[in-house]
Amino acid sequence: MVRQLNGVTKAAALILLLFLLVPMTGWSKEAIPVAEDPEVEKRMLTLTENLRCLVCQNETIADSRADFSNDIRREIREQIKANKTDPEIIQFLVDRYGDFVLYNPPMKATTILLWFGPAALLLFGLISLIMYLRRRRVQIEEVSLSQAELEKAEALLNEDKKGKNV
Amino acid sequence: MMRYLAPLFAFLVLAAFLLVGLTLNPRQVPSPLIDKPAPKFQLNQLQESDKIMSSDDNLGKVWMLNVWASWCVACRDEHPLLVQLAKTGFVPIYGLNYKDERTTAMQWLKRYGDPYTISIVDSDGKVGIDYGVYGVPETYVIDKKGIIRHKQIGPVTVDSLEKTIIPLIKELQQQA
Repeated sequence: MVRQLNGVTKAAALILLLFLLVPMTGWSKEAIPVAEDPEVEKRMLTLTENLRCLVCQNETIADSRADFSNDIRREIREQIKANKTDPEIIQFLVDRYGDFVLYNPPMKATTILLWFGPAALLLFGLISLIMYLRRRRVQIEEVSLSQAELEKAEALLNEDKKGKNV
Repeated sequence: MMRYLAPLFAFLVLAAFLLVGLTLNPRQVPSPLIDKPAPKFQLNQLQESDKIMSSDDNLGKVWMLNVWASWCVACRDEHPLLVQLAKTGFVPIYGLNYKDERTTAMQWLKRYGDPYTISIVDSDGKVGIDYGVYGVPETYVIDKKGIIRHKQIGPVTVDSLEKTIIPLIKELQQQA
C-alpha cells in the first residue's frame, strides 16, 4: 500500500499531516489583564493576605488558586469598586464565614487563651525557673563548715599542691 | 513528691489538649449563620428558567436547601438519600444549583433522579457566598420563620439524617 503511493499523494499526505499538527502549536493570544484597576488590585491583595481560604486552609486567599478564593477575590474587587471600606468588607466575610476566615483572630472571651496562652506559659516557666534557682542558692549557702572541717580541707588541698610540685 | 508529680501533671494537661485537637475536624467550619435569618435571594429556576423563586416563598414551612452541582462528586454520594427522603414527603428539599451549566445540571437530574421541589440557579456563586458556602455539597435546614437552624457540611449521610436532621425538622415543624 505504501509502495503504491506516488510522489503527488505523498506530498498531499505530508501536507495533511502538517495541517493536523497545527492545532498542537495552538494560537497564542494576548494575555488578559489581571485587573483593569491596579489600585483596586492592590487593596484587594492587602486584604486577602490576611484572609484564610476555607478550602485549602493553610493558604491565604491571596495565595490560593482554589475556586473559592477566586470567587472571594472577585467579590472583594466588586465591593472595593462599590466604595466599601476595608472593615466593611472584612465584616461582610466574617458574617458569612465566621472568625475562621481571619488569620488574625479578634480578641474575645473564646480566644483569650489563644492570645495570652503562650505568654502566660512563658511567664509561668520563668517564675518556676526563678523559684527553682533561688531555692538552689539557699541550699548551697546552707552548707557551712566547722573550723575543724575547714582546716582539714585546707590540709587536703595543700597536700594536693605538694604532690603536683614534685 | 511534688517534684515528680508536677511534670506528670504538666504532661497530662498537654496530652489532654492534643487529644482534643486530634478529634476536631478542621474541615467543618462552624457557620456564623446558625440561628440567623437565611440570606434573601431571588433566583431563576433551573427547569423553568423564566420563573423566579424567592427565599420568602418558603416562609411558614420548614425546608431544606441543598447546594449541589453536576461537577460535584460528593453530591452523587448523597443524592440517592435525598431522592429517598423526598419520596417520603417529610420535608421539601430545594436545590441550589451552584456554579453549574444548565444543560448538564438538567441531564444530571434526569439521570440520577430529581429530589428537589424546585432547583434554583446560582451560576456565579453569589448567593453561595451569602450562605457561606465553601464546598459542595452543603445543606441548610431553615425553619418556618426563615431562620437557619442547621448546616450540614459535606454529603448528607444516613447517620446525620437519623441523628440530627430528621429529629430537628420534626421539632421545628411542631413550632408555630
